[in-house]
Amino acid sequence: MASVSPYARRFISYLRREQIKRLAASKNRVDGRALDQTREIEIKTGVVKTADGSAEVKLGKTHVIAGVKVGLGQPFPDAPDEGVLVVSAEVLPHASPYTEVGPPDESAIELARVVDRGIRHCGYVDFKKLAVEGGKAYVLWVDLYIINDDGNLVDAANLASVAALKNTQLPAVVKDESGAVKLDRNNKSPLPLETSKVPVAVSVGKIANVLFLDPNFEEELSLDGRVTFTISEDRIVAAQKTLGYFTQPELEAALDLAIKGRDRYLEALKSILGSS
Amino acid sequence: MKKPPVPLLQNGVRADGRLPDQMREVKISVGVVSNADGSAMVSYGATTAVAAVYGPREMHPRHLSLPDRGVMRVRYHMAPFSTKDERKSPTPSRREIEISKVLREALEPAVLLEQYPRSRIDVFIEIIQADGSTRVASLTAASLALADAGIYMRDLVVGVSVGLVDGVVVLDLNGLEDNYGEGDLPVGYMPNLKRFVLLQLDGAWKREVFLQALNLAVKGAEYVYQIARDALKNKYMSIAEEIYGR
Repeated sequence: MASVSPYARRFISYLRREQIKRLAASKNRVDGRALDQTREIEIKTGVVKTADGSAEVKLGKTHVIAGVKVGLGQPFPDAPDEGVLVVSAEVLPHASPYTEVGPPDESAIELARVVDRGIRHCGYVDFKKLAVEGGKAYVLWVDLYIINDDGNLVDAANLASVAALKNTQLPAVVKDESGAVKLDRNNKSPLPLETSKVPVAVSVGKIANVLFLDPNFEEELSLDGRVTFTISEDRIVAAQKTLGYFTQPELEAALDLAIKGRDRYLEALKSILGSS
Repeated sequence: MKKPPVPLLQNGVRADGRLPDQMREVKISVGVVSNADGSAMVSYGATTAVAAVYGPREMHPRHLSLPDRGVMRVRYHMAPFSTKDERKSPTPSRREIEISKVLREALEPAVLLEQYPRSRIDVFIEIIQADGSTRVASLTAASLALADAGIYMRDLVVGVSVGLVDGVVVLDLNGLEDNYGEGDLPVGYMPNLKRFVLLQLDGAWKREVFLQALNLAVKGAEYVYQIARDALKNKYMSIAEEIYGR
């Protein structure tokens, strides 16, 4: 398995790209947004009753569903007293004319791993409380379903994950007749979270040396660079350059812009995180 | 936080005796795979990566070729015997797939792919021995192999990692510091153009720490760049000597 330059090239017409670049150079955008403006955000939780936790996020026309299923399993050997987090992403063939049927490709794997790293180290989920007696641990399976790809999947998928975790109800652990532990889905309690530490992924795009938040699909096809910072409180908990290059001053400016973007996403998350 | 088996930092000295801003011994040789169009072996201490480049060559299958530029194919892979504990399964893991992607995206800005329409350039990277910082050692090896193959490039790409150990920013994490430290930041850098082409943070760092880490990464990359350049030159100087004598 090797990584190949994308050949299912998502085409954008030369004229359209030039227009986007010209607009960017004068600090304007195709959809009329300001550089530090995200698209409209809509977050709903509890949208899938069969899941232990779920959320649906619309970031402009980008549409993501996150479902959490709780399982029992072995903890990681290097963290025997902690629960386990597994994030997977699936870009559905529905999502765009460029998506193919098949197992997750490298972009989907990267998407899941960036979201995973953001949640893992920030203290949002209290993994210490997810150890189960008998050397077992709760396993949180977070599955990200991309229904419609209108750009900036990382930010939308991250919002969906943290909202779905907030919505998650942890089944109680009971012992069966033989003494083995299993989950009782009739007896649930909220997943232990530290909501003030919620991780927020913010992607910054670069076109014609101008930085901006929340690139849409057309802008993504015209990017000279993209970097995602995941921010929790006053800390950067994950970063990933996913396209092109950045100079050091550009990276610093991108980080400051990302902190601004974090506040906008937090505003949208407020109603979800506030209620228990 | 997991407790390390030995203190990672004592009186400003790291567990392996290095200062915070010190690389491990960097060994670079170019042209190590005679069949390849270009190749390089890079060691940062016990971490060893071998890169081989084939191409530009015809793109197969042809419908995957691009009319206006070349296609790059990058594979990062760890040998089953390269890890300390159990045997690593040779099946590419999600981690290896992600690293192959970020390495390709780190090399593409350096290569003038528009010079190679309808062609493909293959970069194969194998980790022979792993002791932290494998992806950045791979990046240095890959860019040297590309240069050795005579591929048109804007600059060399040098990889270094920066981490946080006991609250101190340190250069070139080894496996121990990677496992027990407080996060790492692998960086790919073009020293002449001063551009970052790889950046992945995994940790929980304040803004000042992140900016401090970027500065240290640039310093480390400039140091490795000199060694990389000399290694590349050495290969061609020795060929020149063979032909023209001293």
